[in-house]
Amino acid sequence: MNKKLRILIAKPGLDGHDRGAKYVARALKDAGYEVIYTGIRQSPEAIAQTAIQEDVDFVGLSLLSGAHNELFPRVVQLLREKQASDIIVFGGGVIPESDMPFLKEQGIAAIFTPGTSIAAIIEFIEANRPRVSH
Amino acid sequence: MPKSTELIKKQQQWENSTLKKVLDRNPERKAEFTTGSWLPAERVALPRITTDEEYLNKLGFPGEYPFTRGVQATMYRGRFWTMRQYAGFGTAEESNSRYKYLLSQGQTGLSIAFDLPTQIGYDSDDARSLGEVGKVGVAIDTLKDMEILFDGIPLDKVSTSMTINAPAAILLAMYLAVAEKQGVSKGQLNGTIQNDILKEYIARGTYIFPPKPSLRLITNIFEYCSREVPKWNTISISGYHIREAGSTAIQEVAFTLADGIAYVQAALNAGLDLDSFADRLSFFFNAHNDLLEEVAKFRAARRMWAKIMKEKFGATNPKTMMLRFHTQTAGSTLTAQQPDNNIVRVTIQTLAAVFGGTQSLHTNSRDEALALPSEESVRIALRTQQIVAYESGVTNTVDPLAGSYYVEDLTDKIEAGVWQYLEQIEKLGGMVAAIETGFIQKEIQEAAYRYQQEIENGQRIVVGVNQFVIPEEPPSHLLKVDAELQRIQIAKLAKVKSERNQEAVKQKLAAIRQAALSPDQNLMPPILDAVREYATLGEICNVLRDVFGEYQESIVL
Repeated sequence: MNKKLRILIAKPGLDGHDRGAKYVARALKDAGYEVIYTGIRQSPEAIAQTAIQEDVDFVGLSLLSGAHNELFPRVVQLLREKQASDIIVFGGGVIPESDMPFLKEQGIAAIFTPGTSIAAIIEFIEANRPRVSH
Repeated sequence: MPKSTELIKKQQQWENSTLKKVLDRNPERKAEFTTGSWLPAERVALPRITTDEEYLNKLGFPGEYPFTRGVQATMYRGRFWTMRQYAGFGTAEESNSRYKYLLSQGQTGLSIAFDLPTQIGYDSDDARSLGEVGKVGVAIDTLKDMEILFDGIPLDKVSTSMTINAPAAILLAMYLAVAEKQGVSKGQLNGTIQNDILKEYIARGTYIFPPKPSLRLITNIFEYCSREVPKWNTISISGYHIREAGSTAIQEVAFTLADGIAYVQAALNAGLDLDSFADRLSFFFNAHNDLLEEVAKFRAARRMWAKIMKEKFGATNPKTMMLRFHTQTAGSTLTAQQPDNNIVRVTIQTLAAVFGGTQSLHTNSRDEALALPSEESVRIALRTQQIVAYESGVTNTVDPLAGSYYVEDLTDKIEAGVWQYLEQIEKLGGMVAAIETGFIQKEIQEAAYRYQQEIENGQRIVVGVNQFVIPEEPPSHLLKVDAELQRIQIAKLAKVKSERNQEAVKQKLAAIRQAALSPDQNLMPPILDAVREYATLGEICNVLRDVFGEYQESIVL
């Protein structure tokens, strides 16, 4: 029997564009995952703390303001500092292709840009299931 | 409104003969046709209006109640809409040169985009501003930045729209202070502040204070401007972001008008006279892809606001019954895939706004699903408006789609749907209560979810995304805001802070606190005093946060 994976969808930074985050949260919930959504305007510290408290397997970060290079790596770094580097962090939003190598290098496992289908996100989660269900 | 019985009979005959034969041979592409917002689309619409009396009640003449056909008698035969591209990024210097460029290209009004820290009342050196400074708009910390932003732009010659909500009073005060320095009197100033906090709780997210003190700030601005800045549009009641969050066309109008009702009510409760402020209210709508539904939406909104002002609030001045609005094309319809296709989408949306009788328009740039727009993309977007204005011919007559059986039918359907929502919201105790309980957010989310599901399952085609897909190279020439910018802006702020009169700043901030604690006092004069002394946006907002508290989002999923 597969373990029910837990996913935190979070909005770091100050932008209020939460249509995508809410859609992904609900669609993942409908697909059978346990999903927690933080609401907008969360600090990286608050996100890392929630991720650990809620014992999640994945954190999905959504940001459309352009602050991803500063804020996404910060979440990964905080999780590492708190010995929670087993939590897989992915991201989405208006993120230029040219920033992706940097974000990957900083430990963001995947970036989903506008137009991504929910099936692609589920595929990513399932492909990483062996890494988190130990 | 019923069609004539004779016509209904003829229609049935047609359905049983001509139509039936065709359908028997060739079924239609779909079992059910709807608009983009799921209103039933009639196969063949028929006249709804059969008498002159009905015509006068529902449509009338442009520039007259109920303003269905437009707020001016001659509309674009008199003057085109204001072409107003929303812009701003980086430092005040960079944005200033973009504004000068846009004005040199024939743009007729400015529209200022502020960065998120400015919109949420944090200075650039605040920890919460990390990574956000100068990203989605220009960073403004003090009057100094505002002076640079409008350097060489005579404020008596341009009209300026500022997308600012929670701290609107502060940015307006800074604008007034810049005008003072330019020797321009307040009475000469033209422009708009968005100042619409309710939709921030619903959809846009840049709130600071809870609803009650926020509404007080808004009525303070109404009152102050009616005396001091009479030509200023004191609010832009916005459906745009509600639609971007995924609402239907009906929800966009319903929630916007409900917000408008809440503002009027709040101002009346504060003792303001209706005619002193209500003619300065303006609106802001979205122009989405379903061209004819959108045209109907604008017309329905205009007709309904006139009715609401007249019948609910007892307005007697026609100016207070007019729904004047700005439009922006729908950012959420733009695709990152095959981005040049967005030019075509924006053209259709531009036509919707123009057929709908907009007073001003921002056209989105093709690359906005990828990054902030480049200069070339912004120029194409502006040219799109100019081509519609100067070449298409649709501006030669007022309200050209009036009398289209289909458009009139949709106008009625939207109106009916909106009234239903307005009644429901009233039953819930008004708009503030409906937001606080999450009802509004839930309604929008349901629509947004349905829309996205339709894209996922292919029921709704998005060209280049779920059909007609091609392999693509990553786009080049995207605008990138320099990561160094935050450091530069923080250094500028530190310099201003070290050069100002600290004692005066302290006194002026204390005066704001005093005024905030006395509900009968207008906050505009003390805020203006403080910005003149170069008090920062963050300092002023912190005083108000201290007195008013902060809003907590009610998360609905």
